Amino acid sequence: MSTRGKILSAVRANQPVLTSMPDIEPLKAYSNKETVLAQYTTVATNIGAKVYEVKSLDEVKTVIQSNFGTDKRIISTISELNDIADTKEYLSDLPVQLADVELAILQSDLAVAENGAIWITEDQMGQRVLPFITQHLAVIVNAKNIVATMHDAYSAIGISTQGFGAFIAGPSKTADIEQSLVIGAHGPRSMSLFLLNED
Amino acid sequence: MSTTSTKNHAELAGQFNADENRVDWHDETLWWIRQKRDKAVNQFPEWELLRETGSKIKEHTLSNLGNYLESFEANALANGVTVHWAADAKEHNEIVHSIIKKHGVNRMVKSKSMLTEECHLNEYLAENGIEVVDSDLGERIVQLAKEPPSHIVLPCIHKKKEEIGDLFHEHLGTPAGVSDPQILTETARQHLREVFLTRKVALTGVNFAVAETGEFVVCTNEGNADMGAHLSEVHIASMGIEKIIPKREHLGVFLRLLTRSATGQPITTYSSHYKKPRPGQEMHIVIVDNGRSVQLGRKDFRNSLKCIRCGACMNTCPVYRRSGGHSYHNAISGPIGSILAPNLDMEKYADLPFASTLCGSCSNVCPVKIDIHDQLYKWRQVIVKAGYTTKTKTVGMKMMQWTLSSPGMYHVAGKAGRIVMKYAPFAVNNALNPWYKQRDMPKPPAESFDEWYKKNRGKK
Repeated sequence: MSTRGKILSAVRANQPVLTSMPDIEPLKAYSNKETVLAQYTTVATNIGAKVYEVKSLDEVKTVIQSNFGTDKRIISTISELNDIADTKEYLSDLPVQLADVELAILQSDLAVAENGAIWITEDQMGQRVLPFITQHLAVIVNAKNIVATMHDAYSAIGISTQGFGAFIAGPSKTADIEQSLVIGAHGPRSMSLFLLNED
Repeated sequence: MSTTSTKNHAELAGQFNADENRVDWHDETLWWIRQKRDKAVNQFPEWELLRETGSKIKEHTLSNLGNYLESFEANALANGVTVHWAADAKEHNEIVHSIIKKHGVNRMVKSKSMLTEECHLNEYLAENGIEVVDSDLGERIVQLAKEPPSHIVLPCIHKKKEEIGDLFHEHLGTPAGVSDPQILTETARQHLREVFLTRKVALTGVNFAVAETGEFVVCTNEGNADMGAHLSEVHIASMGIEKIIPKREHLGVFLRLLTRSATGQPITTYSSHYKKPRPGQEMHIVIVDNGRSVQLGRKDFRNSLKCIRCGACMNTCPVYRRSGGHSYHNAISGPIGSILAPNLDMEKYADLPFASTLCGSCSNVCPVKIDIHDQLYKWRQVIVKAGYTTKTKTVGMKMMQWTLSSPGMYHVAGKAGRIVMKYAPFAVNNALNPWYKQRDMPKPPAESFDEWYKKNRGKK
């Protein structure tokens, strides 16, 4: 018998009597949808992100130009930002050629108040490595798209057909040396979150 | 049979205890992490419901594991991923080696995977001329020190920053005496960035594998798994059969539980959902049994397969905190390691279920409600019956049984003990008595309760 066959038959011989799958609906009853914007801002700030409430993309541009200047490599997947960022040419680069990116400006359609994370899919990354290899990361998310908990988040994203997706919560960090928190382990040294409120 | 030929927990803990200040520091650091966990979970009125739900999902999964493994495989194959099955550590290592060899390279970057520690993959690949660089900062540190990780989440929690500074001075060229975590981390960032950019093959662990979608989720704070995987041409993911969960929505439950239990964070910085290889990339999943199907058949111990590897049981354990992870001489240390290890080799790990006070704190913090301290107690009985305890323990237990079963003998022994401790304390306060290590024996009472009763009440 193949290894596969042996493992599966050993598992089937030893697994206990079938029990029912628990319902996760009762957990959703605890979501507090009223306070998500305030909660998101607090939690995201606590995990090291910088949160900006903005009314337009022009405001985003102003903040980015004052924080990051214009002389370093900036990439964005948002075509309206083509005057401050490369929105096309990087797509034909090999992943390793993105090693010198200073800032990536990406869009997300979902943020989670309980943990400060945003959900971002492969097509919103341009290239998979981009949100990780960039020295700094900026994400724009509509303030209407903040949900309370991870249960609400998975209800919203369903079973996507995307090949890759990630929750990203703040800048990359480590506390492996004597539990001292250091921001900027292997990924971005900072994360700017722009909560877009166009009303 | 005796375990004296193998390293045992008490001896190794004794070595760790030689430096009392270090033990205090280790103890306090881990307790601080335990307190961060408490602070995070106490914010949730639904925390207990979340634990219960997580535990029940795992229970259901284990009861239908054969079918879930098959649907996971079918969906992964449909996603364009190559799926391998490995019965044991040897087969796992051979599969990984064959993939690396096929691509004609002799080096690989690896993010944290306790399974590859369990399989001793790095040693195997080194023997075959393949260099592996561990990319998690803590794992890189212990790799440079030629040590195994001492904790599943905090691999170098036993190391002082000055020791790490010395390692970096020797291997990565930092100036002598530099021990600032900020500077050391930046040095590792530069060193490992060069590694990420030049390795064709990357291996990652798996935190959760979703049967419904064929995807697997990898959680890191540093971003090292993603840097390795997305820059590589070949991504290998190694997983034990117990990593399966039925549905994507179940990730909502486990991602809420995992990091809050581990470090008190609301979620890891990165929770990456890998489903398909990127165009031009190869993706492999190696599904490993290595004793897990046997553990599944052990009614008293199968709950250990629910473990999501958060490390909460280690941070809270009074024995782990004061004996250090290396004293468990197993890839997974602490209370959970002590119930997983005897399944792999009952003789070699016969000491581990005894390395506990059975206080139950581990079971109380476990995010998937594994009855860890009950299993430790049950393993002791299995191990004694199988004859794997040390001779001193067997003789001691027999003496105790003999003494306690005869009231006359009990009185004589009690009196003798009090006299010896009063007039000749050196007879017990010596190196032959393990209870005397790191502590003083208590002052013996002048008389037993029985003697007191006879004197004061017995006359009436």
